[in-house]
Amino acid sequence: MADALTGFLEAAVRTATPLAFAAMGETIAERAGVINVGLEGCVMAGAFGALVAAGAGGVGAGFATSAVAGAALAALFALCVVRLGTDQIITGTAMTLLGLGGTGALYRTWYGAGGAALSVPTAGPMAVPGLSKLPVVGPAFFSQPVVTYLAALLVPVLWWFLYRTHAGLALRAVGEAPEAARAAGVATARLRTLAVVAGGALGGLAGGTLVLAQAGTFAEGMSAGRGFVAIAIVVLGRWHPVGAALGALVFGAATALQFLIQAMGWTLPYQLFLALPYVLTLGALALARGRGRPPAALGQASG
Amino acid sequence: MTRHRWTGRLLLIAATGGVAALLLLAIVALAGYDAPRALGALAGGAFGSLDAVLSGTLVRATPLVLAGLAVTLAFRAGVLNIGAEGQLLAGAAAATAAGLAVTGPGPLPLVSALTAGIAGGAVVAGVAAWLRARFGVLDVISTLMLNSVAQFVVAWLVRGPLQEPLRIYPQSASLAAAARLPVLVPGSRLHLGWLMAVVLAGVGSWWLARTAAGFRLRATGLNPLAAASAGGVATGRVTAWAFVGSGMLAGLAGAVEVTGVTYALYENLSPGYGFTAIAVALLAGLEPVLVIATGLVFGALEAGASAMQRDAGVPSVLVAVVEALVILLLVLAERGRQAGWWTRRTPEAAG
Repeated sequence: MADALTGFLEAAVRTATPLAFAAMGETIAERAGVINVGLEGCVMAGAFGALVAAGAGGVGAGFATSAVAGAALAALFALCVVRLGTDQIITGTAMTLLGLGGTGALYRTWYGAGGAALSVPTAGPMAVPGLSKLPVVGPAFFSQPVVTYLAALLVPVLWWFLYRTHAGLALRAVGEAPEAARAAGVATARLRTLAVVAGGALGGLAGGTLVLAQAGTFAEGMSAGRGFVAIAIVVLGRWHPVGAALGALVFGAATALQFLIQAMGWTLPYQLFLALPYVLTLGALALARGRGRPPAALGQASG
Repeated sequence: MTRHRWTGRLLLIAATGGVAALLLLAIVALAGYDAPRALGALAGGAFGSLDAVLSGTLVRATPLVLAGLAVTLAFRAGVLNIGAEGQLLAGAAAATAAGLAVTGPGPLPLVSALTAGIAGGAVVAGVAAWLRARFGVLDVISTLMLNSVAQFVVAWLVRGPLQEPLRIYPQSASLAAAARLPVLVPGSRLHLGWLMAVVLAGVGSWWLARTAAGFRLRATGLNPLAAASAGGVATGRVTAWAFVGSGMLAGLAGAVEVTGVTYALYENLSPGYGFTAIAVALLAGLEPVLVIATGLVFGALEAGASAMQRDAGVPSVLVAVVEALVILLLVLAERGRQAGWWTRRTPEAAG
């Protein structure tokens, strides 16, 4: 049972890592008033960027390129939505199609139509001295790839940025009351653009994590809706970085439930296990009604 | 929309189709493929012969028109249903289950399959409508989550309760002839679903423009506050029914695909019809009758792209890139029209 529990916790944290990156990225964008449904496309762009760069330059280059690729797609989205004022949802849907289709086409063109499974260098687990020896939780929390620690570190950093810095205050002001922010001398369009691009970079990092720390390879559509899940997690996390990280962990735990339940001897078809977290997310969204409030200017064309 | 503006829209649709084909070929050439050969395959696959038109373009256009109508209905009511894909899959699964289970006289199996498909799509959309009305969950998020749920449930069905009797392949058994849509033109693959899509598009335009219910739906979509206060419209009920109606149309698209084309349920039944439907609806300016034309444009593009993959080795997934670019161009054009970029008028005068 202890083994099953360790397996459950380890799988929960592993599943949560890319979701936490993506959800924190979306939190930044939404706090500035932009909902980026194209996050799914950013995750795919990041995954493909990681594949290309890691093959040539190793794991570090892979992660860096994944962030750049996600940021690039988000920059195109920001150009349309922030500068030109197009509809955020429709434009975001187009970005998702662009990310999914573009990476699929490039993959088949560069790596062959057969899509033979390529393996890339991966970031192996990095044991934290001492802590990783703890019973049950040690292997689960302190023997993870380095990006998991990076995701955990990002939570307080992002909290500090949003709530303790001048730039973070300005960013939140742009999402709540853009007119007032502009009157106070904030460059609203530039800040929104930066927020969306930063969010896209984190979405790309989520894709990089999938390739370089988990799958060790690339597959078309491997993001499998994680970008969309991250958007739901932002709502559950009440547009707060700590909430985003917790939401990602809860979703990871729901996904990892299969290990526990299988250990208890129950059988439920694998595919229904995969659907379960999405159903739970919908239920949680319904129950979260009235708790927390979206940024007042979320989704509105930049005023 | 007046007849005069339909003419302008049709020109725009034709021009967009041409631009999309050019974009596709430009990308193909940039990627280093044999462009002339790709062009030949693209044109041949879409229009090269009567069979290419009937069995390729029109067959591909059928689910696109139906799902495009689903998106149109929702968007006109101000409901951001981007879950047509999941509703279509639910419709396909329900239609398969009913088509395999119901035996009986005459058209009973077919009618059961189509009805079940409509109901399947309605249930999935109904969940999202209920979550919106009761709990204020955003349409976008709920429909995207339900897309994933539908995909996993179909993946389970074709390995579980609906798997073919030999239990080797992840797909359902084939529907009996009595549960299949009749072929419209003998010798081709064109089925009755195309006619259903065309009729529904016509009825949709008439319903939106000429009936009181259609007026209430349009008023709700344009300005729900004004519709409720000045017009006395029960906007909550209107949006909920538009959501469910949208799901019914998407479910029918799935049912028609199963009973008219694949005759069985399998995982990758839809190459993203529900997402392409967004481009189909937007290009039509959310006018149901024009969805026929835009469905044809994208149907031709997809049929041509399939031929391009077969004959010139170009990945057909490139069509998704072109669709994304078309959607982007359309939202930019729409935004430009609102803001008066194309004219000398001020934004105020254009509004």
